[in-house]
Amino acid sequence: MENKEELTALPAHGPMLTRKDFVSDQMVRWCPGCGDFAILATVQKLLPSLGIPREKYVFVSGIGCSSRFPYYMNTYGFHSIHGRAPTLATGLKCARPDLQVWVITGDGDGLSIGGNHLIHALRKNVDLKILLFNNRIYGLTKGQLSPTSEFGKKTKSTPYGSTDQPINPIALALASEATFVGRVIDTDLARFAQVLERAAKHKGSALIEIFQNCIVFNDGAWNEVSDKATRDENNVDLIHGQPLIFGKNRDKGIRLNGFKPEVVTFAPGQPPKDLLVHDETSAPLAYMLAHMERPDFPTPQGVFRSVQRPALHELIDGQIAQARKASGAEPDLQALLRGSETWTVAA
Amino acid sequence: MSDTQTQSAKAAPRRPQPAQEVESVTIRFAGDSGDGIQLTGMQFTTSTALAGNDLSTLPDYPAEIRAPVGTLPGVSGYQIHFSSREVLTPGDAPDVLVAMNPAALKANIKDLKKGGILIVNTDAFTAANLTKVQYAKSPLEDGSLSDFRVISVELSRMTGNALAGLALTKVQVERCKNFFALGMMYWLYDRPMEATLNWIEKKFKKTALLVEANQKALHAGNAYAETAEIFGAHYSVRKAPIAPGVYRNITGNEATALGMIAASQKSGLDLWLGTYPITPASDILHELCKHKEFGVKTFQAEDEIAAIGSAIGASFAGHLAATSTSGPGVALKSEAIGLAVMTELPLVIIDVQRGGPSTGLPTKTEQADLLQAMYGRNGECPVPILAPATPAECFSMAYEASRLAIKYMTPVFLLSDGYLANGSEPWLIPDADKLAAFEFPTLPEADKYKPYLRDERTLARPWAAPGLSGYEHRLGGLEKQDVTGNVSYDPDNHERMVRLRAAKVNKIAQDIPATQILGAKKGKVLVIGWGSTYGAITAAARNAQARGQSVSSIHLRHLNPLPPDLGDIISQFEHVLIPEMNMGQLLKIIRAKFAINAVGLNKIKGQPFKIAEVETGIDALAGGGRN
Ligand code: SF4
Repeated sequence: MENKEELTALPAHGPMLTRKDFVSDQMVRWCPGCGDFAILATVQKLLPSLGIPREKYVFVSGIGCSSRFPYYMNTYGFHSIHGRAPTLATGLKCARPDLQVWVITGDGDGLSIGGNHLIHALRKNVDLKILLFNNRIYGLTKGQLSPTSEFGKKTKSTPYGSTDQPINPIALALASEATFVGRVIDTDLARFAQVLERAAKHKGSALIEIFQNCIVFNDGAWNEVSDKATRDENNVDLIHGQPLIFGKNRDKGIRLNGFKPEVVTFAPGQPPKDLLVHDETSAPLAYMLAHMERPDFPTPQGVFRSVQRPALHELIDGQIAQARKASGAEPDLQALLRGSETWTVAA
Repeated sequence: MSDTQTQSAKAAPRRPQPAQEVESVTIRFAGDSGDGIQLTGMQFTTSTALAGNDLSTLPDYPAEIRAPVGTLPGVSGYQIHFSSREVLTPGDAPDVLVAMNPAALKANIKDLKKGGILIVNTDAFTAANLTKVQYAKSPLEDGSLSDFRVISVELSRMTGNALAGLALTKVQVERCKNFFALGMMYWLYDRPMEATLNWIEKKFKKTALLVEANQKALHAGNAYAETAEIFGAHYSVRKAPIAPGVYRNITGNEATALGMIAASQKSGLDLWLGTYPITPASDILHELCKHKEFGVKTFQAEDEIAAIGSAIGASFAGHLAATSTSGPGVALKSEAIGLAVMTELPLVIIDVQRGGPSTGLPTKTEQADLLQAMYGRNGECPVPILAPATPAECFSMAYEASRLAIKYMTPVFLLSDGYLANGSEPWLIPDADKLAAFEFPTLPEADKYKPYLRDERTLARPWAAPGLSGYEHRLGGLEKQDVTGNVSYDPDNHERMVRLRAAKVNKIAQDIPATQILGAKKGKVLVIGWGSTYGAITAAARNAQARGQSVSSIHLRHLNPLPPDLGDIISQFEHVLIPEMNMGQLLKIIRAKFAINAVGLNKIKGQPFKIAEVETGIDALAGGGRN
């Protein structure tokens, strides 16, 4: 199936920008070794290649460690209030479709206090690039339970273990009818760059869940999938039109058994014909993949879903154009103030 | 008074009766919320405006969309006061009550003037309907209405007779009875019917049968009132001496919406309304979303917070941004309002106040959000506050709120209320070319630009929207370093910024026009009002002055900052009386600011002040003069 993606802003005609153009003069204040550094670097590296003038980028964030991100970008930025970044970004993008708007959020900011806004921004297909830094903990407030923390997890606020089922951010985004949903690991730079570029070029809401390591409060939360020694066995790459194959020796694959996926092993280079083939346009497949979790399955990485649907700003502008066409003449303020029924009091 | 006339008069010959002239009339229509009461009232209003009277209206509708039929919670009312003189309020006690059922009678009869006309639909006075409102016996028969001129009309039956030849269902016939009643009222007060006939034609244009039925019902009611001589006499009200010009009728919510569009057109900025449905503010959204050809973008958000968040985003983007809500919505928006204060972005926050606390009285009016607007946020968080005094004034105040928001780069509260929002009055349509010009904060050259560099005259910071090359900057809710806007935790800087934000809001005083004093500049009692109490206070003060009492009144449109001449005015009076529909919120502000022993007059019933209530308050301080 064809999967057309286009740039949402016109390419610049100015001098080529470089990574440095996107680095602000503010000192980066994340803990040394924090996964956020790699994310910042990857974004700063990508932006000059998109051909969008620097002044057209806006980074909007909420509250949390990740939400300091806009201060480090030499673009327009808005460090807003807890959970509300998607709301500001929605107004910004729909008011000014010429801007490319990024939302930086975390598991607490985006899935707890701001959960409502996230689902509505996605369902309305607001043309936002949403980076959800998932470290499964509250970092800025020093180590409390987050909505993605594992059931039973002991944290500063749950000394007896968490009683809460964690949210699956990919499944949530899919249920919200997001048109682009991806997942990457902060240290997996090559794949991160690819998925990020596709999200940037996607027209409509694009959400990327980033497995991010909080070295201070939840170090190693993603070790199983990010560690060099185990990552090939524990992840499976999602590539549109390609069978789901994984393993260090690429000798394992995913196959459907009725409605359920199962792992099959085969001789390297000789995959069975009935392996599941990834299709970014299939909603049922995306749901199924979203629920493939460790330890029974490898963790899917890459693009779960990518489909096209009109973005909110296009629909809003379309209605305005329609109303203008229907009214024929230039909008006339005086006529509006007069309304339909008037009477005249003579002098 | 008996109802036998309704039976006997059918065959009476038609002979035109001359109308008796009266100065002012107040009519209240009341019935089940499904009876089309609001519509009937609005039609009567249009025709009255066309007849050249000054007028003021007050709808009073239930919170439930469809409360059980025939019950007290289901009663909907609409009051109109019209006159050949200036009209300031929708009237204290009605001269005429139209009660479509026993519930409407029970809920409203206590307000009707002694000797007033009571028109009842006897067909609705069934045993079942009487029981629903605990009438043991029909009040039409037990003598309890002997103080009034009761006009009993078999409204359903008469309407049915009038529409006999038409292929209508019983329900459709029943739906026409309000037009029959309206036709009667048009005869009683000598109103032209053309506007309503035209309206029916437009409204039902898809179904010719309904056009015919409703128009017929209207004519039939009119003819019935005349030929049956049920009223004995009918009345006319002369044209009022109103300033010449072209008028229309307008509600407060419509005026607010038009004020925002006018501000958008005159500022050259597209309008963004981020909002969430809430009574009694939703009509602002309904009005604005109709005018997309003006580039208006209306956004119905997932909640109140998202509504204001989107507006802050649009403001950052360089739009004229607004959010409309009521008290509970303001509570939810508080944190975001703080963000707009910290980031110093223009934003109009429209609070159509209703009875509180909590969900309170959604459809009733109150002025109890003043202190919320003033102080309801964390930290030192000053926000300018404007309040329109009449429905039509919502236009100019919404416009002014937008103008100040941009000139001073600040969120601005517009405190309307349920009474202004739904009430209506004739509006002298302004000349769009003469609306005040917008002033923008100066934007320095890119190499001199700093996000928090201030304009000396206004202390406003520059507004550099994304897309401007060389002006890239980051805003946020963390404390800003003076000038650079970088994050700063420096103690001295924090104090400087807190004081700067307050000083900027206080600068708005230079934009406030001189306060108009009604009456002498010096005297015994000064009545200070704000918001929708204007009509009652002004009328009460005039009455007191006519009686020779030493009373003056002023009405504040600017509540933060207060008018700079207010202290001087107050100092010329012995007593200050502050009538408010709350426990004394402006009272607290005035007492704190001027350290005077101002006196409150407080009404917290979800209903506006009556003129007489304010007069009583004045008497207590002014003494004498009243006979
Ligand atoms: S607390 Fe954790 S997430 Fe926050 S900056 Fe430090 S390492 Fe990064």
